[in-house]
Amino acid sequence: MARLLLLGPAREAAGVRNDVFEGPTMEAVLSEAVTRYGAKFEAVLEVSQVWLNGEPANLETAVESYDEIAVLPPISGG
Amino acid sequence: MVGKLLGVPGEHDYRMRRVSSTPTSNWVLVTPDQLSLESLATWATRPNCGAVVTFSGVVRDHSRTRENVIALEYETSIEMAEKRIHEVVDEARVRWPSLEAVAIHHRVGRVELSDATVIVAVSSPHRDDAFDAARYCIDTLKVSVPMWKRELWEGGSAWSDESSPIVNARDR
Repeated sequence: MARLLLLGPAREAAGVRNDVFEGPTMEAVLSEAVTRYGAKFEAVLEVSQVWLNGEPANLETAVESYDEIAVLPPISGG
Repeated sequence: MVGKLLGVPGEHDYRMRRVSSTPTSNWVLVTPDQLSLESLATWATRPNCGAVVTFSGVVRDHSRTRENVIALEYETSIEMAEKRIHEVVDEARVRWPSLEAVAIHHRVGRVELSDATVIVAVSSPHRDDAFDAARYCIDTLKVSVPMWKRELWEGGSAWSDESSPIVNARDR
């Protein structure tokens, strides 16, 4: 099972900070996440970057057990 | 004691580090605890440096779209944020090789009005590099480190609308 990390507005829209999903790809995980969390999360996801194990990744990237996928909306630090 | 509380790497007292022959040169921290610009400036002061430039970002009482802000609340993954801040520091050292000490500390959680949200200290033999690198560090942190700011006011709160897509430190 891969771990999904949801931060900031993505965490708020999903209602959880951490969750787990089966692969086999980033696209499959995110599609299932939209089904699980609904339209508000989908809207945030559309403007977010998605990283795999701390690095940017594309939707076709394979997801293995223990991978961490992070949904990162536009940032506002400092 | 202050240095110990703030988690200075490698030593128990930052005041001793300043005269150490092999001081640590980078100090990155993301913490829920109050920040100390004085500690950072003291730590960054080195015998071969004529310039120590510091920057402190503090909570102000308004944003672009809102008045009466009383506090900010920052959310992040500390591990991810510290890794990305290290990339900012590494890139600053590539661009300004003369830098001696570089430190960036950032708060998480609630930060009250006028308290520091982020502090930066950079030292170098001459001031130009220290000024330029400090400016690069804070500007690049704001667009490359995963961090989300929520504005709080009496009776409500909302995510800051002053947000930007994430870029890599080396691309700025």
